[in-house]
Amino acid sequence: MKPHRLIMFVSAAALALVSTACGGGDDAGGVISADGSSTVGPFVTKAAEDFKAEQDVDVTVGISGTGGGFERFCAGETDLSNASRSIDEDEQALCEEAGVEYVEFRVVTDALTNVVNTENDWATCLTMDQLKAIWEPGSKVANWNQVDPSFPDVPLKLYGAGTDSGTFDYFTDVINGEEGASRSDYSATEDDNVTVQGVSGDRGAMGYFGFSYFEENQDQLKALEVDGGGGCAAPSIETAQDDSYTPLSRPLFVYVKQSSFDENEDVRNFVQFMLDNNESIATAAQFVPLSEDQVAEQLATFEDATA
Amino acid sequence: MTVIEPRVERDFEPAPEQFGRRSQAWKNRLFKTAMLFSMFVAFGTLAVLLVDTIVTGWPALNSQLLTGLPSTLPEEAGGRPAILATLYLGALVLLLSVPIGVLTAIYLEEYADRTRWWNRLIEVNIQNLAAVPSIVYGILGLAFIVRGIGVGRVVLAGGLILTLVVLPTVVVASREAIRSVPDSIRQGAFALGATKWQVVWRQVLPAAIPGMATGSILALSRAVGETAPLIMVGAITYVAFNPELFGAYTALPVQIYNWTRQPDPGFQTLAAAAAIVLLVIVLSMNSVAIFLRNRYRKQW
Amino acid sequence: MPPAVVIEQPAPLALPRKRVRWGEQFVHLILFIAAAISVLTTVGIVISLLLPALDFFREVSPVEFFTGTTWAPLFLDAHFGVVPLVVGTFVISFWSALLAFPLGVGVAIYLSEYANQRVAGVLKPILEILAAIPTVVLGYFALTFVTPLLRDIGLDVEIFNALSASLVLGVLLIPTIASLSEDAMAAVPRDLRDGGYALGADKLQVSTRIVVPAAISGIIAAFVLGFSRAVGETMIVLIAAGQLAQITFDPRETIETMTAFIGATGNGDVPTGSIEYKTIFAVGLTLFVITLVMNLISIRLVRKYREVYE
Repeated sequence: MKPHRLIMFVSAAALALVSTACGGGDDAGGVISADGSSTVGPFVTKAAEDFKAEQDVDVTVGISGTGGGFERFCAGETDLSNASRSIDEDEQALCEEAGVEYVEFRVVTDALTNVVNTENDWATCLTMDQLKAIWEPGSKVANWNQVDPSFPDVPLKLYGAGTDSGTFDYFTDVINGEEGASRSDYSATEDDNVTVQGVSGDRGAMGYFGFSYFEENQDQLKALEVDGGGGCAAPSIETAQDDSYTPLSRPLFVYVKQSSFDENEDVRNFVQFMLDNNESIATAAQFVPLSEDQVAEQLATFEDATA
Repeated sequence: MTVIEPRVERDFEPAPEQFGRRSQAWKNRLFKTAMLFSMFVAFGTLAVLLVDTIVTGWPALNSQLLTGLPSTLPEEAGGRPAILATLYLGALVLLLSVPIGVLTAIYLEEYADRTRWWNRLIEVNIQNLAAVPSIVYGILGLAFIVRGIGVGRVVLAGGLILTLVVLPTVVVASREAIRSVPDSIRQGAFALGATKWQVVWRQVLPAAIPGMATGSILALSRAVGETAPLIMVGAITYVAFNPELFGAYTALPVQIYNWTRQPDPGFQTLAAAAAIVLLVIVLSMNSVAIFLRNRYRKQW
Repeated sequence: MPPAVVIEQPAPLALPRKRVRWGEQFVHLILFIAAAISVLTTVGIVISLLLPALDFFREVSPVEFFTGTTWAPLFLDAHFGVVPLVVGTFVISFWSALLAFPLGVGVAIYLSEYANQRVAGVLKPILEILAAIPTVVLGYFALTFVTPLLRDIGLDVEIFNALSASLVLGVLLIPTIASLSEDAMAAVPRDLRDGGYALGADKLQVSTRIVVPAAISGIIAAFVLGFSRAVGETMIVLIAAGQLAQITFDPRETIETMTAFIGATGNGDVPTGSIEYKTIFAVGLTLFVITLVMNLISIRLVRKYREVYE
């Protein structure tokens, strides 16, 4: 084929391809955008999947971290903000400044889990003091035998949440007593999957993240029991719901922009869907579902917001 | 007169490796071994990579991968939005980078007065841009295209960024192609009274097209495989619908990246399968480029 | 007798003044604009990096940034020393260059001096294929194949480590270094080689003592280009090398490079205006300046050592 013709052909093909991208496509009424916590992400993603199957509406889910999610939310870029802690004062101010009103929903519960490698046969239960000694700012604990003298001489490799993560905020607040206070020499990431990879790959490794990540990867990880003052409790749906797994069981939130509620029927339907089908979504995504009372409470909030 | 008799020992390899001291022979052998070792490492790694990827990904290489939507369950996940987005991005890059790149090359080769400082600046500039890491283009895109113009995290933004990433490559390749056209062609046309543009459009360009096409396709295949800039401009995690020009998207390399990080072995397999698809796309583009280069190689 | 040629009007002694061809001027303008886009891109990069970076340096002292050895920008007790990231970048680049350079030049010598046309015609496209593999696939390969392999042969590497990434990156760079070096060697005129052979040198001597020195400027350019690509590489290190900013020269340990930090922090989104947002630009600026300087050095070196043959 002569070069000239080849060029014509290729350009035409490219133009055709691009024009299919413009307009057209299956646009079934707007896209709902959600972003935020990577802990809450899998729950909202499962909800989005089921919702699409039922009502053919698209929901995109990002995992920029709780903090990142709020920044975008208060800038008006997203409809929903997923958060593994409640909105803090700075973020409230940001939203107020930008004129973004929102409604807070507790959608599911999490049991923040400490995990170790499956070959770790010496650690079963850690106390709050031990966890604090490991994670506090300036901590020099670098070996398991420093955690407890009865533990073997194995280097301690730490993996955990990045600072943009609500998990990080919650963990540091509860374990170290102050939000954001943590030693910094560990592999920090907003993507909990990296922590799973890290801990499952190293005999002396330890990490923390939301319960669903442990449940998903049970064969590659071992969960530690935590003694919050009332004896050792392993993270599970039961211990999270009856509060025996303290203080690491925590509520997870989805914040919804009021204007999205007002203007977009799909947003209302989606939030209602998440509440009505709470148990099935949570179970499928390996989260701790809300109790019936809690669901009723959230539905009441929903009614108020959409009245 | 001294006669220098070369030592000929038949068990060694024939001359010229025989000249000089005996140690020369084993030096040669050592060197040859070292070279073959280099080749072996390069090609061996390529082979192992391809085999490993294909073997890992084979189970998941089915129509679902190509036509299905992403999901939290690996058994049900597919990469259709990602594949489509990659194709769209490729088309965008082609449409944008080739005209701009070719025109720039024409300018630099045919029109620019080298003594002018601004033209030298442009030249040095393009050389530097070729060396800039692609992630820096991602930062540029984040600041200007996503935020600055406010287009947002849409396919168009991704296409613009990738265009900028490969533009220097297209320019360099086109310049080479233009340079390889002998001057006699131009002079002949001028002698017949053609204007500069006529010479370029009717003589130089047609002769340079194969070289330009090769360079463009190679640049395109690189754009299609780029991940870092797209991550910066927000190719979102979970996108379950076909991409549109002004819509959210996730491209195939980013999808692979996301899947790689999921420890569930099902997703690892899926990532490998998606990698096979990406490799097929990239390698076929490269093959077309190489074919074009061989077929249309002109002897002046 | 041939008929007389009658000249009606002799050619003017002075040719008429060239009339302006507006079409040509227009074309010239369009082309200039196209070329200017590249300049605009550079300006854009500089601005997009410089402004937030300056903002950053108003809050964090440049001294601390460039000399501090702890990189913990996002913690309560924040430290902004970029040194661990730079060290991480150079550790990766060093090891990958160590692998790629000798092997790359070796491949180049083989293709240029030893292989015949047919063999070279087959091998070169295969090398190009190697260079075309998307880096995300290579990163995945490093994490899932190379790291376990290293562990199997007893090297005791961490799950995220610099060595796997360097090895894979090195292999990726071999085609680049090889093809640039080979081009440089091919440009060396035959006469030089023939002269060497005539004097009784064998292939090894000709290759290493005649061709390589003659092509040295191109080979150096290849090396610097390869190194600079290693510095700028993101995906392989992001997937396989880790996110722990620490100063260590042991490639078996986890590290974090500048590019990995930018990629991980910019993943999805960054809160605009926050200190975290600005660290991306400060680190990005550092990275940009480093690659720019290396590129300028390479241009300088090439010009200095270039042997011009007729």
